[in-house]
Amino acid sequence: MQKATKVLIILFLIFVISIFYVSLNRDTSYNTSSLINKELPEFEISFFDEKKFYKKNDLKKNDYTLINFWASWCAPCRTEHPILMKLSQEKNLKIFGVNFKDKKIHADQFLKELGNPYAFIGKDINGKQSVRFGIYGIPESILINKNLLIMKKFVGPLSSENLNQIVEIIN
Amino acid sequence: MLSNLGNSILFLCVILSLSIIYFANQNLKTPEGKISKIIYQFSLIQSCLILVCFFTLIAAFIVSDFSLINVYQNSHTSKPILYKISGTWGNHEGSLLLWAIILTIFSFLFLVYNNNHPKKFRLLTLIVQNILILGFLFFILFNSNPFSSIVPVPNEGLGLNPILQDPALAIHPPLLYIGFVGSSIYFSAAIASLISNYSSNSFSLSIKNWVLVSWCFQSLGILVGSIWAYYELGWGGFWFWDPVENASLLPWFAMTALFHSLIVFERRNIFYFWVIILCLMTFILSVMGTFLVRSGILNSVHTFASDPSRGLYILSFLSLMIFVSIFLLFKKYKRENYNINQNSKETFILINNWFMMFYLATVLLGTIYPIFTDAITNNQISVGPPFYNTIIIPIAVIFLLFMAVGPRVKWIKNKFEDLKIYTFILIGSLLINFLITYFLESYSILSNLIIISALFLISSSLIDGIKEFKKKRLDYARIISHASFGFLVLFIGLNDVFSIEKDYNIKLGETKKFENYSIKFQTLNLKEFSNYKAVVGELEILNTDTNKKNILSPEIRIYDNPQTLTYEASIKSSFLRDYYLTMSNIDRSDYYNIKFQKKPLMIWIWISVVMIVIGGFLRIFTNAKSN
Amino acid sequence: MKFKLFLILFVLYSQSIFSEEKKIDPNSIHKNLRCLVCQGQTISDSNSDFAQTIKLVVKDLIDEGKTEEEIYSFMSDKYGEWIVFKPELNMHNSLLWILPYIVLIFGGFFIFSLIKKRH
Repeated sequence: MQKATKVLIILFLIFVISIFYVSLNRDTSYNTSSLINKELPEFEISFFDEKKFYKKNDLKKNDYTLINFWASWCAPCRTEHPILMKLSQEKNLKIFGVNFKDKKIHADQFLKELGNPYAFIGKDINGKQSVRFGIYGIPESILINKNLLIMKKFVGPLSSENLNQIVEIIN
Repeated sequence: MLSNLGNSILFLCVILSLSIIYFANQNLKTPEGKISKIIYQFSLIQSCLILVCFFTLIAAFIVSDFSLINVYQNSHTSKPILYKISGTWGNHEGSLLLWAIILTIFSFLFLVYNNNHPKKFRLLTLIVQNILILGFLFFILFNSNPFSSIVPVPNEGLGLNPILQDPALAIHPPLLYIGFVGSSIYFSAAIASLISNYSSNSFSLSIKNWVLVSWCFQSLGILVGSIWAYYELGWGGFWFWDPVENASLLPWFAMTALFHSLIVFERRNIFYFWVIILCLMTFILSVMGTFLVRSGILNSVHTFASDPSRGLYILSFLSLMIFVSIFLLFKKYKRENYNINQNSKETFILINNWFMMFYLATVLLGTIYPIFTDAITNNQISVGPPFYNTIIIPIAVIFLLFMAVGPRVKWIKNKFEDLKIYTFILIGSLLINFLITYFLESYSILSNLIIISALFLISSSLIDGIKEFKKKRLDYARIISHASFGFLVLFIGLNDVFSIEKDYNIKLGETKKFENYSIKFQTLNLKEFSNYKAVVGELEILNTDTNKKNILSPEIRIYDNPQTLTYEASIKSSFLRDYYLTMSNIDRSDYYNIKFQKKPLMIWIWISVVMIVIGGFLRIFTNAKSN
Repeated sequence: MKFKLFLILFVLYSQSIFSEEKKIDPNSIHKNLRCLVCQGQTISDSNSDFAQTIKLVVKDLIDEGKTEEEIYSFMSDKYGEWIVFKPELNMHNSLLWILPYIVLIFGGFFIFSLIKKRH
């Protein structure tokens, strides 16, 4: 066998093994971080209590918007609620709550009990709109800026660490 | 107590392995022609001890000794006795012990059954095999010890995932492990043969039955795994091209290529290095599969607890094996002179190997490619059934045609005299396929081709069989295996084409109708069992053409230990078709989602695989007779 | 005999034409989409909230007249390529699709070269 072939075979094997080695210490869990820095998609989310729709351009008015997908039946949404309440104090930030696959009575009850952090509330009764945002389980939150670019995505309940991150970005 | 016992035995096994290596090495230097008795004795003791060690662990599971972490994590007092026992090898640590057992017992048996081969070759095989055994014993002792104890001793165990509490899954790991851990012995033999320059074709005699044994068990293991996936995972399919399934298929391709090329090596004394490469490759692929599955670097349908430190150990072991093999191969490789005629059996066996390598490469690539894209481009992709089906199925058509013609070709040189017969068989296959298409419904060109080529393989194998029978030289093993492989492809093809699948959201009391069937959701009952509660639906499937009724009762089970929800499919099997029904609740609604499937000829798919394996066992018996 | 062969070929041919007109079966699409929140199940196998939503969206997309490929690329736009079981033929997947055939062709040449060497 020629020397070149031998060297090539060995280099190839080393390459494969080192990729295996590198992958061992990587976090292989899935996320939708690919959407970050992309523009917000078009959407049509109906008002919580009227027959009107929120559209993409409605969010241009705000410096920063946090789109939060929540539901009264979702337990982790309860745990992140205090964080949302704190964020609602921020001047540069408006929180857009999207009520996800929920009944209105239950949602109202939920907000009455825990407070309403949302500047506006929309509803997504069958979840179809959420797919446009790449949502795969709630709670999920998306931070966008004035130019409607996605700055950050939060999967799962917001933590106080996330709170600091958001405050840092918007100020 | 059991913890100490188990650890001491493992420790003893390490010492025994080291002594066997030492004595074998001493024995190599002596001019005496025979292997010294002490090596046989030590090997035997080693095999017995490792078995005792395994029984100790089984005993710990049976008496629910929760002072062992392994028992605590994988068992529960309320579990049925069968699953307490099968829980022993249903987890990572226990299954490694099973690895060690098979490595050890195969080592002993190989030593005993190969008297008429050179002493140096046998001793070297033993040494290499014992190095493998040591590797696994260290892994067990220092990383994945099933006998690690826990203080304070818990009162109750955490239980075994209910999906794994299943008779098929109880026997699946042992079968599969005999298959791919069994391949270790010809890995060792190949290394020994390279070192001792034992390259004549009598080398093939020393390994061919071991290859066949491991191949038969590997096939059975894959079969049992598929059957389990079919009735337990609830999607109604039996093969998902999932990384874990692929990991069991890769060594299978290598073994299949190996025992075919061994025929040529034995007969014509060519392809020695190719045979060696395949021997090495089979076990390396087995260990690589274990690495992929256990290290958790792949996402898979089948859950396995994973841990990077295990991955690192197996990866180091794997690298060592690969580089030693490569080093020896490079050092010993010599060009061989071939004299192969185009129309000879050799050529056709090469063609078999060619296709096996193509399948192997495709499946291997599909399995590990996502790791590469993720590591290099940070892009996660999924490689699933559509990829494999697109690449593999069209090529399978050509493969089946070669497989039909190959066995009839003579050694060294053949003249194609029976072209007429082939045309005849081909036209017959086309006609049968036409009848299927005509009387049932239309289907795609590719399925047509697959079915035609499968029929072609079946009929030419059977005609071969008749011819050989007349000449009284019937080779049962090959005819059965090849014809059954044809049947397997045929049934899978027909099953795929004529399956019906319907998906409904249905309320209690409702009826859904489609084609010539109606499904009625009759009752819904809550039942209590010893370790789970079940919501049992009762649905009536009515075939309006024949007026035949079938009641299917799928379940939603809620297990206590650990708290898990599972969906049990209800299956009514018959010779012509399976009815398959799963039911699941929809959150926040009183509708249930049901999925009904009619899967024709399911049983025959399983039977075909069993027949293929029977062919393999027959070959082992005929080999044993002729030796 | 020749007539029969012709007949069969005709049947095969006509089938291929009819199959073009078939409507898209949503279930075959569900089977090629990964349920992201489940352990390795497809959308078709799962009844999770996520899977139900995706099924609704797939239905809408079919009604809008989207082709199968368009639906897959819509999904991978939103959720990344991870969601489709059939990897797209693009730059970084090209090796995946091409290498098996290279192995096949290379193997063929190799065998051919062995046979040709005979005297």
